[in-house]
Amino acid sequence: MRRRYGRELSVAASIAVLALALALLAPGYFSGENLADLFLANMPVLLIALGMNMVILAGQIDISVGSVFAVSGIVAGVLSKPGMPVMIAGFGAVLAGAAMGAINGALVAYVRIPSIVVTLATMVALRDGLRWATQGAWVSDLPPGFQWLGLSQSSYPVLIACTAVASVVGIGWGLRNLAGGRAVYATGSNAEAARLAGIDTRLTTFSVFAITGALTGTAAVLNSVRFNQIPSNAGLGLEMKVIAAVVVGGTAITGGSGSIAGTVLGVILLGAIGPALTFLGVSAYWEQALQGAIILAAIVVEVIRERAERMGVMRA
Amino acid sequence: MRKRGIAPRYGSNSMPLPLLEASGITKSFAGVRALRGVSFELRAGEVHALIGENGAGKSTLIKIMAGAVTADSGTLRVGGEVVAQNSPAIARALGIAVIYQQPALFPHLTVAENIALALEPVGNWRKVDWPARERRAKELITRAGAAIQPDRLVATLSMPEQQVVKIAKAIGAEAKVVIMDEPTASLSETEVSSLFRVIGALKNAGAGIIYISHRIEEISAIADRITVLRDGESIGTHDAAAVNRDQLIAMMVGRGVAAIYPKRTVPIGDVAMELRGVGNRDAGVRDVSLSVRQGEILGIAGLVGSGRTQLAETVFGLTPADSGEIVVNGAPVRVESPAVAIAHGIGYVPEDRRQHGVVLDLPIAANVTLSSLDAVSDHGLIDRGAEQVLAQRYVDQLRVKTPSVDAAAGTLSGGNQQKVALARWLATKPKILILDEPTQGVDVGSKSEIHGIMMDLAAAGMAIVMISSELPEVLGMSDRMLVMHAGTIAGELTRAEATQEKILTLALGHAL
Repeated sequence: MRRRYGRELSVAASIAVLALALALLAPGYFSGENLADLFLANMPVLLIALGMNMVILAGQIDISVGSVFAVSGIVAGVLSKPGMPVMIAGFGAVLAGAAMGAINGALVAYVRIPSIVVTLATMVALRDGLRWATQGAWVSDLPPGFQWLGLSQSSYPVLIACTAVASVVGIGWGLRNLAGGRAVYATGSNAEAARLAGIDTRLTTFSVFAITGALTGTAAVLNSVRFNQIPSNAGLGLEMKVIAAVVVGGTAITGGSGSIAGTVLGVILLGAIGPALTFLGVSAYWEQALQGAIILAAIVVEVIRERAERMGVMRA
Repeated sequence: MRKRGIAPRYGSNSMPLPLLEASGITKSFAGVRALRGVSFELRAGEVHALIGENGAGKSTLIKIMAGAVTADSGTLRVGGEVVAQNSPAIARALGIAVIYQQPALFPHLTVAENIALALEPVGNWRKVDWPARERRAKELITRAGAAIQPDRLVATLSMPEQQVVKIAKAIGAEAKVVIMDEPTASLSETEVSSLFRVIGALKNAGAGIIYISHRIEEISAIADRITVLRDGESIGTHDAAAVNRDQLIAMMVGRGVAAIYPKRTVPIGDVAMELRGVGNRDAGVRDVSLSVRQGEILGIAGLVGSGRTQLAETVFGLTPADSGEIVVNGAPVRVESPAVAIAHGIGYVPEDRRQHGVVLDLPIAANVTLSSLDAVSDHGLIDRGAEQVLAQRYVDQLRVKTPSVDAAAGTLSGGNQQKVALARWLATKPKILILDEPTQGVDVGSKSEIHGIMMDLAAAGMAIVMISSELPEVLGMSDRMLVMHAGTIAGELTRAEATQEKILTLALGHAL
């Protein structure tokens, strides 16, 4: 079973090497404050990556998550401004995210348009629709109960941590142990075979998009309450960070294979590397280039290993 | 026109040198012999028909001539000269044009562009002379005996019009050897006669035509000589005038002693499933009536394209029937989806297991339970222990050779993958099991194991519908046989009366 966790182990090893370098050269990186900052900054990527992991496992892609993130955040602000309790406003924003995901899912699964086309269109439409509706203005003058969801600034991170852990464990467990999770893998691995086996592949495809929308909405709410105003241009480029984390974590971009554990490790590696550069005295301008290099390396290693494995099977 | 030694020359015995001559061609795919020492020659100005059952090796032979497949041994001569190395480009340069059954055209390009792609010199920086391109296309289409606007998109053409474009390409390439694979499969009678006129014109121009078809009348009408292939061997070449239909059929099927099949008599029970006039316009299935009883193995024979798989997909709800009635255990049911079929106790092991049967990335255990997750889960929660037990039971019962049920299905051999596909359906505890080519591409050992399993299932009261292209298998395993032709049942044969000849006669669309 070395093969099944190969990618997770190599990503974990990379994180360990990075941590070791930091511990020796810049121990300040491990201050509680810095780690908490890192965690809060990467929480949206993590939550959305859980959904993206399912979308990619099912053989699809969703590049509209950055726009859905921006719209959901604005929805939360607009709803709570006239005095709606922040919890209910937040819930409304999650629903809005789910609805946007459901539109993506319906177009892909039932109208059968390729997901890259659908989500490219919704990415642009939502982003520019939001720009038009807000005229680029940020939502500010939020009610006092909005920030930190009305909790204290110290208990908020606990809530975030609980949400993140519950989502990771719940989705990871569900993918492995629920019939629906099995359907996601089967659909992504061989949609035709899954259909012939009696699996409702369209419902499966629809669902992963809707769930991703809901997770994106959740991430948007939890992120926007950290500040006292909500930007209308949030989440620019977020989709690439999320997809990169999933791919680095070992999920096959062609669908059907991968794990939540790998995705979590991918989020940690890509999230930790940027600030680490600053701590190590490297110019932050290198961050993007280094992330690109990591993604490329991950994919090349994957392809080489897969090819070697296939040769092994053929020889056997 | 360049000569290049392709034009007929006269040897010492004053016989014209054949245009194309293949001798001792042998080819294996993954250990299976597709061709064993086949020899074939084509003369200038003749139509040479190539006939044989499904899998007789016709396609492999023409692919070798066309350079799409490399022979393991044997020689190919064109115009008397040995072709040491072949490729599609070399074959084309030698004047060999193949009109494949499958569309070999680019649907989003125009007729003129399609023709130009095949004929104009390569060179990415060459400037396109559009008017000349269209003129040339128009001229070639006219020579092919049709009138199609060169600026039409190929996607908008009917099947016969697309055939014309392919023929125009062959004419334009000044092909001396034109290979036609089932050119009339999608044509109406009048279209066939206009195709025959074109073939006549090609003949008169000195080309040789290799003509593959299942339609024996057509072959008698158009062919000068006929070569019969069977199990990868050439059975003989005859003048078309000298052989009749029955003789040809006998040559196509005359197989040696069939393998031993583990057929035994088991009690036959009530009717498990009945189809009454079932049709599906889109899938090309029409007015199929049949019944299958508990414990019975009903064989369905027919040529590729006769609608066997489409019938199975209709019954299984993949392409739901649009007419007729499906009756399961005496009650009419509407099978709208595979899930409904499964609920009614119908299982379907599809033909192409790598594409449709097993999910290669998933472990064996997950493959086995994929269609019966309800049985190992509670409100959607999979009981992994129960899953392992269930999978292990079928792995043992079907003797799947694997170290563990956790191994990915992709690591298994073909025969074992097929057993896993079978196990998935057995796990749904079907009353009616449809097997589509259950032993295709499976090694001999696994094959007889699968036959044994089928017998055990029948003995346990399961109704089995077996679709097979292998006549000995159909004859050896079935209690009753139905033969399909052109989307419907062409005839029924009992085990006692069935012979390979009778099945093939029905499959070719003739009355007995």
